[in-house]
Amino acid sequence: MPQQSPAFASVADVGKRLSAAGYLTDPAIATTVFLADRLGKPLLVEGPAGVGKTELAKAIASATGSLLIRLQCYEGLDEARALYEWNYKKQLLRIQASPDDSAWDAVHDDVFSEEFLLSRPLLSAIRQTEPTVLLIDETDKADVEVEGLLLEVLSDFQVTIPELGTITAVRRPLVVLTSNATRELSEALKRRCLYLHLDYPAADREREIVLARVPDIGTALADQIVRTVRALRALELKKSPSIAETIDWAHTLLALGLDTLNEEALRATLGVVLKHASDHLRAAGELRLN
Amino acid sequence: MAAPGLLDHLADFVRALRSAGVPVGVSEGIDAAAVLGAVDVLDRRQLRAGLATVVVKRPVYRPTYDALFDLWWPARMGDGANRPDVDATPVDPEALRDELMRLLLDGDEEALRRFAREAVATLGGGDAVPGRQSFFSYRVLRALSPDTLVSGLLDALLAGAARGGLAEQVARQTIKERIGALRTAIEEEVRRRVAEERGRDSVARTTVRPMVDQVDFLRAQQQDLAALRRTVAPLARRLAARLAAKRRRGRSGRLDFRRTVRSSLGTGGVPIVTHHRPHWPHKPELVVLCDVSGSVAGFSHFTLMLTAALREQFSRVRAFAFVDTCDEVTRFFAPGADLVDATQRLSREADLVWFDGHSDYGHAFEVFVERWPDAVGPKTSLLVLGDARTNYRSPGSATLKGLVTRSRHAYWLNPEPRRQWGSGDSAADVYAELIEMVECRNADQLGAFVSRLLPV
Repeated sequence: MPQQSPAFASVADVGKRLSAAGYLTDPAIATTVFLADRLGKPLLVEGPAGVGKTELAKAIASATGSLLIRLQCYEGLDEARALYEWNYKKQLLRIQASPDDSAWDAVHDDVFSEEFLLSRPLLSAIRQTEPTVLLIDETDKADVEVEGLLLEVLSDFQVTIPELGTITAVRRPLVVLTSNATRELSEALKRRCLYLHLDYPAADREREIVLARVPDIGTALADQIVRTVRALRALELKKSPSIAETIDWAHTLLALGLDTLNEEALRATLGVVLKHASDHLRAAGELRLN
Repeated sequence: MAAPGLLDHLADFVRALRSAGVPVGVSEGIDAAAVLGAVDVLDRRQLRAGLATVVVKRPVYRPTYDALFDLWWPARMGDGANRPDVDATPVDPEALRDELMRLLLDGDEEALRRFAREAVATLGGGDAVPGRQSFFSYRVLRALSPDTLVSGLLDALLAGAARGGLAEQVARQTIKERIGALRTAIEEEVRRRVAEERGRDSVARTTVRPMVDQVDFLRAQQQDLAALRRTVAPLARRLAARLAAKRRRGRSGRLDFRRTVRSSLGTGGVPIVTHHRPHWPHKPELVVLCDVSGSVAGFSHFTLMLTAALREQFSRVRAFAFVDTCDEVTRFFAPGADLVDATQRLSREADLVWFDGHSDYGHAFEVFVERWPDAVGPKTSLLVLGDARTNYRSPGSATLKGLVTRSRHAYWLNPEPRRQWGSGDSAADVYAELIEMVECRNADQLGAFVSRLLPV
């Protein structure tokens, strides 16, 4: 594989370009993305739901002007959906359409050619000649066998198709895997990846995110929202409010024309951030809403 | 490429991580060296994040990594170069406290860390006795006593708003976080100071806290408890996810001969498509019998949590708690119920104490058998949780034996180390002959056990 020029010049450059793409980083995120690009290793991002894991991959793609190829994992995902598949209907047609006197060998070789191959996300990412970001989303949802499939792709950036031979990447894609940690991914997979644990952001960063996404909201109200959300996260809830929900909350308060977050406003809009009845009760009790 | 001296240092660091229980493979060590070549080594934050990304592959290892990182890559040596007043003009603790108050109100983390370093230098040092540790975090914390600042901070943060409501709760949380950050900064600095005095290897061995899933249930401190709670919840979810996957995989059961022959008529009697009977999933029935007396408080807390988590995933989990008598507590763990609330209600409403509130296994077992004779049947897995310390009362082994015989599987989880079983008033050795007793001292062992137990 030819040496390719890195997409980012320095860690500071990562931070600057990602924030231009609408994603505010912290030093850990910027450094990890920089290393993933520099060392050419896949990046495994793990963390609770709604902390911006998928968003990070999208931001990297838009900051580097790359094509984003996404493989959404789910239970029952298999080779045919992730890697490649033979277009057997077309193959059948080809065989039927061949003249009667054509040699079997010729037809046999012919139907296993590029023309009859259906590329799935992993294979298409490897065959791209343009800069590409490959996002493998919710890796933990897929079965354990899929991880085995990923190993060859992620360590050597190549795919072996028995009938065609080995296809090696012309240009190494930047791979981002995300996981909600509902199950432990295999050691072999983790060893090949850089690991980034994304958690809920620090207060300062979250406030900046809110201000960047909802510019009309005042600094004071943004600060109040972020601090309240942090107080909610400190409670033992079934589902802690995510960043996306913090932003939704800011939008809601803005739409309602509220300029301060008091008990009344909180009671009326709690449904935006907490989505379980038991969480509502608990939050109301702990924050003394009644 | 990184310089050889730096590489040796890195190898040393990796070795220290391994001996602290963080698994770092050879290839990860190589990656770490590549990281050194790629990041700006002089920027400590970059270096910390960069190395973490290759050697820390699970969040539980992070605190250990951070502690060791500070020891191996310290921010400065001694008092640091840029401190103007190195000599000891006696500092006024009150002035420091005012300064701290201002910083806590401000919430600037970098300034808070700088303050912590100053404070350790001026307040943390004791008389330098050769061979003895001369910096202590408790000295600094006692002199500053940040907890006494809380009410002043509350007033300032609330700025005249009414006490008691939402605003106060939010402000309290903010203050708690900031004081927590201060504490961490002080401990970090003290560890660095001590490392300079005694050599970092000895500090690495003694002052680095054990990882969360290795913390002993019976010795867990308040801080560990909170962290442990967060590890147990995903554990149950993970188990449930795996169980569900396994159940689904056994989709097709035995061959349905009649349907197969019937459908083969369509293909001239050749059974091309076989039909199978639907698989009948075995529904695990779990009965948890849990000692909730004071001596095992830390432990029973987790077993109750696990029960609650399992209860959300499976319909047939029944939980019973006992101290010296026994009561069913399943109702407190209805799906969707709040766990903290459930444990409080359990201790308040359940009928657990009959005589004096010390564990009485014999009586508890008898009551259990008498009141719920059909709770344990041939399909049931029985799980007893407790330290088997009977306070020299009757162990009730005959009753337990009856229960074990009747159940499908029976296990006893004991939070005490194996070598203490049977010492003093422990009847663990007696019980161990009747029932499979498993040592379960930390979340790690608990996880290992449950993944083995659950019948699929």
